[in-house]
Amino acid sequence: MMQIAARTASGTPLLNVDNLVVEYGLGNKTVHAVSGVSLEVARGETLGLVGESGCGKSTLGRAVLQLRRAKSGRVLFDGEDLTAMEGEALRKMRRRVQLIFQDPIASLNPRRRIGDIVAEPLIIAGVKDAAERKRRVHEVLGAVGLDPELVSGRLPHEFSGGQCQRICIARSLVLNPEFIVCDEPVSALDVSIRAQILNLLEEMKARFGLTLLFIAHDLAVVKAVSDRVAVMYLGRLCEVGPSEQLFAKPAHPYTALLLQAIPVPDPDMRPAESVATGEPPSPIAPPSGCRFRTRCPRADQRCSAEIPELREVAPGQFAACHHPLA
Amino acid sequence: MSAPLLTIEDVAVELPTPRGNLRAVDHVDLSLDAGRTLGIVGESGCGKTMLSRAVLQLLPKKAKLTGRVMFDGQDLVRLDAERLRRLRGRDLAVVFQDPMTSLNPVLTIGTQLMETIQEHLELDASAAKARSIELLAAVGIPAPEQRLAQYPHQCSGGMRQRIAIAIALSCEPKLLIADEPTTALDVTIQAQILDLLAREQRRRHMAMIIITHDLGVVAGRADELAVMYAGRVVERAPTPALFKRMHMPYTEALLAAIPKLETAPHTPLPAISGRPPDPTRPLKGCSFAPRCRYAAGRCHEAKPELKSAEMPGHLYACFHPIQMSERTDA
Ligand SMILES: Nc1ncnc2c1ncn2[C@@H]1O[C@H](COP(=O)(O)OP(=O)(O)O)[C@@H](O)[C@H]1O
Ligand SMILES: Nc1ncnc2c1ncn2[C@@H]1O[C@H](COP(=O)(O)OP(=O)(O)O)[C@@H](O)[C@H]1O
Ligand code: SF4
Ligand code: SF4
Ligand SMILES: [Mg+2]
Ligand SMILES: [Mg+2]
Repeated sequence: MMQIAARTASGTPLLNVDNLVVEYGLGNKTVHAVSGVSLEVARGETLGLVGESGCGKSTLGRAVLQLRRAKSGRVLFDGEDLTAMEGEALRKMRRRVQLIFQDPIASLNPRRRIGDIVAEPLIIAGVKDAAERKRRVHEVLGAVGLDPELVSGRLPHEFSGGQCQRICIARSLVLNPEFIVCDEPVSALDVSIRAQILNLLEEMKARFGLTLLFIAHDLAVVKAVSDRVAVMYLGRLCEVGPSEQLFAKPAHPYTALLLQAIPVPDPDMRPAESVATGEPPSPIAPPSGCRFRTRCPRADQRCSAEIPELREVAPGQFAACHHPLA
Repeated sequence: MSAPLLTIEDVAVELPTPRGNLRAVDHVDLSLDAGRTLGIVGESGCGKTMLSRAVLQLLPKKAKLTGRVMFDGQDLVRLDAERLRRLRGRDLAVVFQDPMTSLNPVLTIGTQLMETIQEHLELDASAAKARSIELLAAVGIPAPEQRLAQYPHQCSGGMRQRIAIAIALSCEPKLLIADEPTTALDVTIQAQILDLLAREQRRRHMAMIIITHDLGVVAGRADELAVMYAGRVVERAPTPALFKRMHMPYTEALLAAIPKLETAPHTPLPAISGRPPDPTRPLKGCSFAPRCRYAAGRCHEAKPELKSAEMPGHLYACFHPIQMSERTDA
């Protein structure tokens, strides 16, 4: 059955993920990394995707871009099914979608100059005119706040983590994409640099008219840039809704747990002890019924017997829970 | 009043590099009483780790250290290698950001725990084993007895950090230094590990230094905070006093840069522009001047000294401090 995860206010969504299942083989076992996720992202929107490490965020992001093929389900981009595409058609489509990774330094080839790194997608896309390539490279380097003349000839190790992330963002913009999956782009950065990069992503989104899937494990970071937020746990979506609403009134116990775990920079808000207990179970043998039940304070018999479907709990807000918070 | 457990006096650390001498720690003074928690906060590269390594006497070989580190009545800088080694496993313990720094990948968790315990406490094998199980249970590891036979790679990142903490706590240290213990972990696991550290500290009346780049991590957990920038302590105060009335523009900027849950989406974050200065090229004036929105006049010419604010124990190093009461505002 198709889940209605996220209806956006108007029009057809730019991205429509429908009941996506992605698995990995591990010896004779199966890792159930993404188990039936459906979501939509409207053109111009930022959808935040949060959840603990290992819950399948990167797998979902990569499957959207067809860097990992799904076992079942569909990914519609601008109305076309990417999962059914191959060869030249898929390559053409890929120019419209890009990926930014968590570890900016590791994702840049240490032996290549910055100018060449940023120009690479243009070469792969067959832009033959060197002057045109240079113009594009200079434009995007300038846009991310780097001086093209100064940085083009230098190597990645001459740059800090924050600057490398700027370079990665420039590279992702060079083909003028419509959609970017940002996979934990600020998780490896210091608070001060994190704020710079989040602001930069917001600026780039406005300037280039982008649509973003923004992945992170920190809810406060996600809220800063997202119109809507999807919360993921062990391969499934727990809750989806408009950012403000979801943060003010989380309906899913897991969203509430994530919210309580955020360290608050205020000494009067001494953290309530041990709101979060335990760690997520293995996706090789996920719990029956609701996958969160082994850590959920509200779990009962029904939670182990029956998989909760996403249901609308408030306008635009959907939760997959048998006993949602009021 | 008894002497503090730890006193860092005029500690400086210099490292020779191909680009010239790098001053990683620039004349720092700090002290910590038994059973208390000190938070050290600042951006990457500001010298937090080098300062903690100066306390532990675990600096890179080529590093030059000056100053005194008085711990429990003795100067660690002048202590011989053998006595230092004994002290480190026992009274002085450390937990690193990457738990694999202190775990041996080819030994079982049980062997590592029991070795530490037996080396420092006079216990026989069965007593050491019982104590290991007790410790693993205390740090929140399910089925501790089975864990003893496992290797570090069979555990999650959060579990490994718990094990590193168990080893650090095994000999009842008087001081635990935790250098970004949760930076690599998920928020949920971070909260659990910080709770665990706080609980064990209270129980053992142990002093603790928590190092982090995130003020949020230490706000509710440290008695006192020291904010570091470019190798120096630029503000120091009891935690409530610091949050009530911070005087350093840098502290203010660090706090402002953290995304807040109450802020509406798409509100631009007050980021700190630029980066800390190159530590091989010290600036003539205040190190924060190129990034400071209050910088003016003297800021580019002279280094502000650390001086007392109106609240006891509150120190700051700034020519144009913010939030001064009128009486002391000069
Ligand atoms: N190439 C792979 N082979 C086997 N398992 C994998 C592979 N990549 C990821 N996994 C597993 O799939 C699950 C989801 O991983 P991932 O999508 O990276 O999660 P996240 O990005 O949320 O941390 C995890 O249990 C992870 O260990
Ligand atoms: N082994 C080393 N050799 C030379 N310089 C180093 C070494 N380790 C750290 N540094 C430098 O010392 C300064 C302080 O680093 P560190 O104490 O690690 O900062 P923090 O822990 O606050 O991020 C930085 O400029 C860093 O580049
Ligand atoms: S379905 Fe049950 S176990 Fe799952 S989140 Fe809701 S109450 Fe908890
Ligand atoms: S001394 Fe000047 S530059 Fe330095 S923090 Fe104070 S106001 Fe800013
Ligand atoms: Mg990931
Ligand atoms: Mg460090």
